Amino acid sequence: MNKIDHMTYLSDMEVLENSDIGEQVVSRMKAYDYNAYSSDDVKRALEAEYPSAEDFGALLSLAAEPFLEQMAAKASVETAKHFGNSVCLFTPLYISNYCENYCVYCGFNCHNKIRRAKLDEDGIRREMEAIAKTGMEEILILTGESRKQSSVEYIGKACEIAREYFKNIGIEVYPMNSDEYAYVHSCGADYVTVFQETYDNDRYETLHLGGHKRIFPYRLNAQERAIRGGMRGVAFAALMGLSDFRKDAYAVGTHAYLLQRKYPHAEISFSCPRLRPIVNNDKINPKDVHERQLLQVMCAYRIFMPFAGLTISTRERAGFRDNVIGMCATKISAGVSTGIGSHTEEDSLGDNQFEICDPRSLDEIIAAIREKGLQPVLNDYVYVGK
Amino acid sequence: MEDKLVIAGREFDSRFILGSGKFNPELIKAAIEHAGAQIITLALRRVNSFNGNILDFIPENVTLLPNTSGARNAEEALKIARLAREAGCGELIKIEVIHDSKYLLPDNYETAKACELLAKDGFVPLPYMYPDLYAARDMANAGAAAIMPLAAPIGSNQGLATKQFIRILIEEIDLPIIVDAGIGRPSQACEAMEMGAAAVMANTAIATAGNIVEMAKAFKHAIIAGRTSYLAGAGRVLDKASASSPLTGFLNE
Amino acid sequence: MVKINGERLDVGEMSVLDFLKKDGKNPQRVAVMINGEILPKDSYDRVINDGDEVDILGFVGGG
Repeated sequence: MNKIDHMTYLSDMEVLENSDIGEQVVSRMKAYDYNAYSSDDVKRALEAEYPSAEDFGALLSLAAEPFLEQMAAKASVETAKHFGNSVCLFTPLYISNYCENYCVYCGFNCHNKIRRAKLDEDGIRREMEAIAKTGMEEILILTGESRKQSSVEYIGKACEIAREYFKNIGIEVYPMNSDEYAYVHSCGADYVTVFQETYDNDRYETLHLGGHKRIFPYRLNAQERAIRGGMRGVAFAALMGLSDFRKDAYAVGTHAYLLQRKYPHAEISFSCPRLRPIVNNDKINPKDVHERQLLQVMCAYRIFMPFAGLTISTRERAGFRDNVIGMCATKISAGVSTGIGSHTEEDSLGDNQFEICDPRSLDEIIAAIREKGLQPVLNDYVYVGK
Repeated sequence: MEDKLVIAGREFDSRFILGSGKFNPELIKAAIEHAGAQIITLALRRVNSFNGNILDFIPENVTLLPNTSGARNAEEALKIARLAREAGCGELIKIEVIHDSKYLLPDNYETAKACELLAKDGFVPLPYMYPDLYAARDMANAGAAAIMPLAAPIGSNQGLATKQFIRILIEEIDLPIIVDAGIGRPSQACEAMEMGAAAVMANTAIATAGNIVEMAKAFKHAIIAGRTSYLAGAGRVLDKASASSPLTGFLNE
Repeated sequence: MVKINGERLDVGEMSVLDFLKKDGKNPQRVAVMINGEILPKDSYDRVINDGDEVDILGFVGGG
């Protein structure tokens, strides 16, 4: 296969002026040595009133592993301080699973023989209506990454329809140029999630063999373009397990930190996906991230950026999810299906991206939140921009 | 370890900026020497009769930092800065824009505008301001080389009344934060330095002390102590008992 | 008659530089405004005209 250089922008990709955040994140991550911290460093980080990037490094280090209980306690205090008892709810909606990328770990990749489907406007409307009927007020619109099959206009149309049914609309689609983000924002979306997968560009190169996604720096700068396009908030993540998860988590936090400093108005949130079993997973060696380590990363994010949102993935089991809300997670999905058309069709039209671990409905999740003495929040923001 | 205060590329060993107001000129020289100060602030006024120029009492190697006191808006601050330049000062200017004669609080809005005007005119502005994050960002974006938030109303000797807000500036602004105005005692200067201020400016506290020279010395040592403590990283021991039912007991794997 | 630092004076035909010297002021250490405009150092040979308002400024103690 003839592979393109993963560090060179393609001609249709916007190059941001006055931006070195991407380079800084990568160089700081490379310099980060998680073996270099002592338990005193961790204690100091846990006591810091405003934890620094160094403190964040300590919290993600090996030395912090024995302090997980203290980290959880500190995270709980910070979460309560900034979010009270509230836990936000949303549903992701997959409207297309066509994909042009060849990412060796992903069920949607263009070489996997799965059933492909794309909802038309009626299909989108039907699915959204069904979700809205459950009481959900916030939706996250997802597509596979195909500009051909899911054009910017198509995604914009989906946002316009979503606006009729929901108060809050996020998108998790391929990275766009800032004028495209501005367009989708005008259609009603106001936050953007892009997972970098891994910030290790060498590893990235071996995992993303084709498609637009192969271009590492274009993906890396997606959040900054989204903010420049007028989006209210952006979400960051690495798919933990693809590479060294401690370094990746350090990069995610650093990325969010630098972006928030440059754009103080931007709302920041984190997601914490781990690699779960999917088709063709045996092609790579999963660097296992166990629950303890996942929790360490989540608590480190919370302590480092206590004001940031943190979404707990449906890839995790119910018992894990129920325990991290209120402690470090502030947002949880409910009524999830990663197939296409599966909110209304008996059998979904297109296959799933990954297997979910917590299939509970909105009502069940709300009951679980209440059970913990927390308060389910269906919407905490009103979109007023056009 | 080398630890220098750097303002727009200029390096200073001392982190004590001395104000020269309310002094008997003969005492200024002694105060500078005992304070170890390398930067001194000055004001510009009409000089009616020659009664000794203050510059004659300031050692050669001390950097002069003229302020724009008297300015009530950004345009006046620019004019005063230009006059200071004509009178022989360099680019460093402490911007001071005040139009409240009762509390003498700086006007952040006009000060941010003044930063922009002065920076465009080739000055290196150091704005004296009320510690507000948005205003500080505006000033930084407009070309300020340091931010000088007040600790308390000027001349009040009340100490770090605005501590939490100055802390936020120290956290968020990538410029030296110089605590200015209101510092009344060396212990307060030490506290400001300990939380990460780049420098402290004091004037009234020294000019009105019983023994000016001794007080200048006390400030010098307090500022060094605070800085050293900041660099050393105050250590605290975390020995809280763990909860009886652990928060992480639910973990699998 | 001219006004110098707010004071009415009769200085006759005199340049700014000569006035400063006569008044014992170091021209390098003052700034001069005439009728509200800053007078650059290289123009200190300007003659003070009848009716001019001249301000001579220098450094004093200040915080």
